[in-house]
Amino acid sequence: MGAQLRRKQALIAWGFCLPFVAVFGLFMLVPILGSFGMSFTDFTARDIQTPFSVNFTGLQQYTDLFADARFRQAMLVTALFVVIGIPLTMTVAMALALALNSGSGRIVAFFRVGFYAPVVTSIVAISVVWRYILQPEGLANQALSVVGISGPDWLNDSTWALPSLIVMAVWRNVGTLMIIFLAGLQAVPQDVHEAATMDGAGAFRRLISVTLPLLRPTLLLGAVLISVGYLQFFEEAFVMTKGGPLDATLSVAYYTYQQFGFGEYGLASAASYVLFLVIALVSLVQFRLLRSQD
Amino acid sequence: MPRRLTYGVLTIGLVAWLLPFVWMALGSFKNQGEILRRPPTWWPQTPTGENYSQWFGPLHFGTFFTNSLVVAGFTVLGNLVFCSMVGYALAKMDFPGKKLLFGAVMVTLMVPGVVTFVPLFVMVSKMGLLNSYAALILPFITAPLGVFLMRQFILGIPDALLEAARIDGAGEFRIFARIVMPLCGPPLATLGILTFLSSWNNFLWPLVAAQSEDRYTLPVALSLYSTGQNATNYGLLLAGSVLVIVPILLLFLALQRYFIQGVATTGLK
Repeated sequence: MGAQLRRKQALIAWGFCLPFVAVFGLFMLVPILGSFGMSFTDFTARDIQTPFSVNFTGLQQYTDLFADARFRQAMLVTALFVVIGIPLTMTVAMALALALNSGSGRIVAFFRVGFYAPVVTSIVAISVVWRYILQPEGLANQALSVVGISGPDWLNDSTWALPSLIVMAVWRNVGTLMIIFLAGLQAVPQDVHEAATMDGAGAFRRLISVTLPLLRPTLLLGAVLISVGYLQFFEEAFVMTKGGPLDATLSVAYYTYQQFGFGEYGLASAASYVLFLVIALVSLVQFRLLRSQD
Repeated sequence: MPRRLTYGVLTIGLVAWLLPFVWMALGSFKNQGEILRRPPTWWPQTPTGENYSQWFGPLHFGTFFTNSLVVAGFTVLGNLVFCSMVGYALAKMDFPGKKLLFGAVMVTLMVPGVVTFVPLFVMVSKMGLLNSYAALILPFITAPLGVFLMRQFILGIPDALLEAARIDGAGEFRIFARIVMPLCGPPLATLGILTFLSSWNNFLWPLVAAQSEDRYTLPVALSLYSTGQNATNYGLLLAGSVLVIVPILLLFLALQRYFIQGVATTGLK
C-alpha cells in the first residue's frame, strides 16, 4: 500500500472517530483530568468564573479528607455495603440460578423475567417505595407483627438503616447476577455431572466439588461487576435516609455530593478520586478476568 | 429436590419479590387518610385517581416525562450512530493512534459519574449550558461501553464481505452504511436498550445540571418531591414511582429477550 493511500485511509478512519473523539475528549477525558487537577487545589464554588486563579495546595485536600471523621465514616459505610452486600447478592442469585437451571423453557423464562424486573427500575423510584414499606408502621413491620415481632423504625435507627439499604440493593441487583450465573451454569458440561454421579456424589456434593469450582471465573466476574455498582451507592441514601441517621448510611459518593453542595469542589474531587482509585483497582481485576476468559 | 417443590418455592419467592411493585401500585390509588390507616388496607377502599391527577395537573408530569424522553432519545440515537462509527474504524481499519484510542476507551469504561461531575459542572457553567437540554444530553451522547460493544461485534464480520464491496468501488462510508450497519442489528438492539435504560434512570448528573422544574427529568423530580415538603405524602409519591417505573417495565416486558441476552453476552449491566 502506498504512503498516500495509507494517509488517505488514516484520514477516513479518524473521520469515523471524530464525533466520538470530540465528545469523549471534552466530556470525559477533560473532566477526569480536571477532577484530578482540582483535587490538588483550593477550588471552591466561588472560583467558577475564574477557574485558573485557584491556588495549588498539594496534598492538602487529601490530608483534610482523611482527617475528616465523616469521610472515614463514609469509607466504612461503603466498605460494609460492599462486603456484606456482595456475598448476599451472590448467594441469592446462585440459589435462583441453580433452581432455574434444572427447569425447562417457558417456565424458566417466566421466572427469569420476574426476578430480573427490579434491575430495570429507577433506584430513586424504588427507594420511595421501600421507604414507604419500611416506615415504622409500614408493610414490613405489619408482616413482622403477624409473627409477634415488633420491628424497629428501620430507616431512622442507626443500627438498622444500613442493613435495610443493603437488603434493598440485594433485591434490586440479584437479577443481573442470576442471568450471568445461569449462563455460566448452562456452559458446565453435562458429562462432568454424570461422572460425579457415577462416583456416588450427591446433589450437594456435586454443587460444592464440581459446579462451583468450574464456575469460578463467572463468580469472580459477577462479584466484580456488582461491586463497581455498590461502591458508588448514592440514590438509595439520598432518597431514603439523607445519609443518616448519624451518618449511618453516608456513602463516599454521598459525601462527595455533599461537599459539592457546600461548594468545596477541591475536597469533593479528592473524595471522588479516592473512590475512583478503588473502582479502578476492582475494574483492573475484571479486565484481567475478561481477558483470561477469551 | 423434586421439580414441583422447586417451582412451588420459586413461585412463593417471586410473589414476595414483586410485592413492592404491587404495594406501590395499590398505594398510589389510596387517599392520604387511607395511606395512614392502621392496620393498612390491602385493596384501596375508596380508590382515587387524585394522586395521579396531581401529577398530571399542577406538578407538570408531562414536562418531566417529555424531558426524560427527549434526553433518552437523543442519547440513544447518538450512541447508536457514533459508537458504531468508531467501532467500525477500530475493528476494520488501520490508522495511527488506533491502539491509543482503544486503550483510552477501555480505561474509561468503568469511570463512574461521581468522578467527573464536579469539573463537568464547572465546565458546563462556564459554557453557559447549565439547565439546558444540551447539558443533559451531550455528556452521554457517546460512551466507551458502546464503542466496545460495537467493535467486538464488527470484528466478527468477515473481511471478504468488505473487500468485495471495495473492489466494486464502494467508499468506506458506503460500506459502513450499506453493509456493516444492516448486519449490526443484535448489538445495536443491546446498545439501544442499555443506553435507554441508563439514561432513563440516570440521576446524579441531571440532579446537578437541571436547576429548574422545566428541565427536571422524572427521577430528579421524584427525588426532590420525595425529600421536600411532600416527603410524607406517600399517595402522591407512590403514584410518581408508578409513573417512572411502569414505562420502563413495559419496555422491558416487550423486549425482555434482548435485555437478558444483552446482560448474558456482555456481562455488563
